[in-house]
Amino acid sequence: MNLFIEYSMVGIASGGMYALMALGFVLVFKGTGVFNFAQGELMMLGAYIFLSVNQLAGLHWSIALLATVLFALLTGVLIERTVLRALAGQPLLSIVMATVGLGLVLKGAAGLIWGQEQRTLPELVPRKPIFIGDILIPGAVFWSFVISMAVIAACLLYFRFTRGGVTMRAAASSQVNAYAVGINVPVISALTWGLAAAAGGFAGVLLAAINNLTPHLGDLALSVLAVLIVGGLDSLAGVIVGGLIIGWLQSMTGAYLGGQYREIMPFIVVLAVLLVRPHGLFGRKEIERI
Amino acid sequence: MGWACLEIDAAMSLLEIRDVSLAFGGVKALTGVSLAVEEGTVTSVIGPNGAGKTSLYNVISGFYRPQSGAVAFAGADITLVKANRRAALGMARTFQNIALFRGLTVLDNIKLGAHHYLKSGVLPAAWYIGSAAREEAQLRGKIERDIVDLLHLADFRDAPVSALSYGLQKRVELARALAMRPKLLMLDEPVAGMNREEKEDMARYILDVREEWGVTVLLIEHDMGMVMDLSDQIHVLNFGQKLSSGTPDQVRADPAVIEAYLGEG
Repeated sequence: MNLFIEYSMVGIASGGMYALMALGFVLVFKGTGVFNFAQGELMMLGAYIFLSVNQLAGLHWSIALLATVLFALLTGVLIERTVLRALAGQPLLSIVMATVGLGLVLKGAAGLIWGQEQRTLPELVPRKPIFIGDILIPGAVFWSFVISMAVIAACLLYFRFTRGGVTMRAAASSQVNAYAVGINVPVISALTWGLAAAAGGFAGVLLAAINNLTPHLGDLALSVLAVLIVGGLDSLAGVIVGGLIIGWLQSMTGAYLGGQYREIMPFIVVLAVLLVRPHGLFGRKEIERI
Repeated sequence: MGWACLEIDAAMSLLEIRDVSLAFGGVKALTGVSLAVEEGTVTSVIGPNGAGKTSLYNVISGFYRPQSGAVAFAGADITLVKANRRAALGMARTFQNIALFRGLTVLDNIKLGAHHYLKSGVLPAAWYIGSAAREEAQLRGKIERDIVDLLHLADFRDAPVSALSYGLQKRVELARALAMRPKLLMLDEPVAGMNREEKEDMARYILDVREEWGVTVLLIEHDMGMVMDLSDQIHVLNFGQKLSSGTPDQVRADPAVIEAYLGEG
């Protein structure tokens, strides 16, 4: 029983990181209806920017983190202005394919600039294990959980209570309608991309600080597809629940069935969820699945 | 910008459509339509289905750009002005199908109508600090006092709009348009699908709004009883062209209008 609790705690805690990684996908999808396949590469890019500012320019990690988030924000806005704006009115599939291409370009560019070798980021999160009673949770897992939840909660509050957030939700809900009440829709969707990219950059730094950094860091992002499908592509609350469920499930699978099934289990659950609720546990119904 | 006062200028029409033509490929939605809406009136646009009424609205509010002709509002040519800027100029509209922000509450929906009155940009508003928060509180107070009470929406303030009945949703749409403090209020079939009681309520709200705020109302409606009762001036469209204009009595007596509605013979 103690083992069950311990694995559950660790699993749920590691699910926090999944939720944070999924956040960027949800923001863009919620705001503009596009599934951004380059989100993982935005994470990777964020981690490299952090590395450059922190180690090469030798600045404190807090400044580097701020610089990373700002840079990612601008990158997101730039992507919306150049790639997405140019494709406005095109079929959704073309737009989504453009994000796939964008991801490949970013990955290639990162390889050219920073090289293919593995880099190590400084330890941002304390590795000292946390004890809850006599249950041990690795420090990195615990702290990344706390940070992830704080970031997602901030986003939730922002969308629910601030005027900027309500404006974004309005523009996402109906563009024609938003224009009619005087909302500058293009500015809002650029801002949405910026916000998603910033969330991605932040997630990238955290992820790279726990694992290692190569241009392939972004590939990990696709592993949160399961989280997105379980939680619903357009639900912030769904991201949390989906992340925690998948994290817990992987941990359980690892403990009781063996590590080789860890990666398979989430997708079995995804299949089951798709059969029962094709729009995810929290998502709205009319999502066009790709 | 404060809450706009209306400037009364008897010599000038609030809205003028001059020789507007609009086509989608080979389909001519509007052909050489000219009409004027005088300040302080209730002006209706009627016509059979497909006559181009909603296309005309979309030209006026900037969603469609006409191939030729011009739109002038409060004396300024706005043909090339973007849709979201026109809201700030003093135009508000409701839609034929209910177009509320689903998932948002009644109050949030209404407050979004006042979006263009708030000075603080999206970023300070994002962090909800200082002046942005004060502005928000003032706005909320104003909306509660003036609009929510006028339209009897107080009981539903915090309900998500999707939970409301059809008639109430239409009323929230009207409230949102009013929160824009428009000079021109454009209503697209405000009573479609309502029962008689709801229709009477809506007609009364429209008259109240004009009485109390002096808003000019432009109306598209199929309910002839309501159109004839409310309108000072009626324009009739048919197949994208203007068929007739005048007071309700003039239009009712016009043979061309009778023919368009009832067919020949």
